[in-house]
Amino acid sequence: MSNTATTNKADVEIENYTINFGPQHPAAHGVLRLVLEMDGEVIDRVDPHIGLLHRGTEKLIEYKSYLQAVPYFDRLDYVSPMNQEQAFAIAVERLLGIEPPPRAKYIRMLFCELTRILNHIMNIASYAMDVGAMTPFLWTFEEREKLMEFYDAVCGARMHAAYVRPGGVSLDLPAGLTDRMMAWANKFPKVIDDMEGLLTENRIFKQRVVDIGRVTADEAIAWGFTGPNLRASGVAWDLRKSQPYDGYEDMEFDIAIGKNGDCYDRYLVRVEEMRQSIRIIKQCLEKMPTGPVRVNDRKIMSPPRAEMKSSMEALIHHFKLYTEGYKVPAGEVYAAVEAPKGEFGVYIVSDGTNRPYRCRIRAPGFVHLQGMDFMLRGHMLPDVPAVLGSIDIVFGEVDR
Amino acid sequence: MTTTPDTLDTLRELGSYIASALPTAVLSTEVKGGELSVRVHRSSIVKVLMHLRDDTSCQFSQLIDICGVDYPDTEERFEVVYHLLSMKQNQRVRVKLTADEESPVPSVSGVFPCANWFEREAWDMYGVFFSDHPDLRRILTDYGFDGHPLRKDFPLTGYVEMRYDENQKRVIYEPVKLTQDFRNFDFLSPWEGLRTTLPGDEKATAGKA
Repeated sequence: MSNTATTNKADVEIENYTINFGPQHPAAHGVLRLVLEMDGEVIDRVDPHIGLLHRGTEKLIEYKSYLQAVPYFDRLDYVSPMNQEQAFAIAVERLLGIEPPPRAKYIRMLFCELTRILNHIMNIASYAMDVGAMTPFLWTFEEREKLMEFYDAVCGARMHAAYVRPGGVSLDLPAGLTDRMMAWANKFPKVIDDMEGLLTENRIFKQRVVDIGRVTADEAIAWGFTGPNLRASGVAWDLRKSQPYDGYEDMEFDIAIGKNGDCYDRYLVRVEEMRQSIRIIKQCLEKMPTGPVRVNDRKIMSPPRAEMKSSMEALIHHFKLYTEGYKVPAGEVYAAVEAPKGEFGVYIVSDGTNRPYRCRIRAPGFVHLQGMDFMLRGHMLPDVPAVLGSIDIVFGEVDR
Repeated sequence: MTTTPDTLDTLRELGSYIASALPTAVLSTEVKGGELSVRVHRSSIVKVLMHLRDDTSCQFSQLIDICGVDYPDTEERFEVVYHLLSMKQNQRVRVKLTADEESPVPSVSGVFPCANWFEREAWDMYGVFFSDHPDLRRILTDYGFDGHPLRKDFPLTGYVEMRYDENQKRVIYEPVKLTQDFRNFDFLSPWEGLRTTLPGDEKATAGKA
């Protein structure tokens, strides 16, 4: 008491205090614990604690055959499953030295762009809800349901598809699906317009997101940002254009870039990417080649079920493939795809056996979440969900 | 990405350029499967990445990934792999170095800020120690976790399991109890891949010599 009595009231030092955000918080998009060091209502330092959803995917894959590893990729970023399967499939194909048939490539592109829309509407809608708008969430979830029906039609699962496999895709498209998808693709831009009508020029939405969490192009590159988060800062970099995989070199589309690198630009980039995805989907449907959807190599992909009923050799191949799996030549490969969230990479070290020796998963969300600290410094507490939602985090891939 | 002979040539040129620019740091360069790998000395990794980032003919401006790989049978058991991307040149490069439990790897978080979490993860998963790292804490495993789970000698099932104890009203750790042992099927047939001489083959050539 005697100390405080002598100090002037104006000089009383206020110590920083820490706030614990999450791990169970509706705006944390899963299980994120943020330890925020606050100076009044201004954030001084952010320390994200991750790993609450760590399942040891990389370790588990080391104990599985290459085919058995595919479903783990659905469960990383569970709102964009097929893009991740595609990264794994491309990596294994490059090690095996095989190339999927053209129809398989087009089906992959078609469904990966579908997945991009699936991811972006989920992100935008939940983001809008984080900053106070309820309606887009209800509208876009109806669309998501339609998209998941397309998933269901090709592989029987709404989310965890295990559809894209090394050497092609598991099954051909069912009859009539392309027509249904085309009908949907013609209607969908209207949904984007409706959603934009609610958000893009909305005064409350803009007050929450414009000029929040600004990232310059140099910062974005140095912090390893990829995907929409990098493009929102004005860097025109898209792996589909610069290092095309599958059939993206045949596709006509534009790269959407932002100018300011704030939360609003990240939202706008995602909206425009959905429109570009629709363009790619339409091109895929129009140009869809005919032919097989799996490589014609019985040592890598199993024979058709009908053949197994009459051919002994086909039966042996089937048995060997689903117990032992195929052996992949020794070597290492890094394959990256432009997943909806950014560059999703798979680094496989093979020792020539039927299991990967090491399978490293490079998740874009992990890198983006790391940027939370520099993005949030000097911002206010309510900006935390605004920035967190805008960088599109899903904990399945951050924690792996 | 399609690999044409042209792109392979540019990769080889880039590899020899890197090797000549950093003669003391680079051990070897290799182009395999359309990808360039550079092996470097552990102590010079900061210099190498600084050069790769700033040199005008490299411009690897983005650090994509850092990860560990465990080879328990080699002399220095860990390999630390860095993946870099150059947006200007549209090239990728892989930089590798070896380390073991005792030898620290210089941290590159001063060169690329995003290395911070990647190095924390490599430390957490493999126990590779990074010197001069600003904040080398565990990142993915639980608070108070013991061991480095991605090492090859760490069992897949782990050592402890967790449950909520109704009496103590808290979460407790116990040694893993499995009703059935983890089954590891070895499907690799000894008959395949046997391409060298079989026992008895020497008899066929013995008479002729």
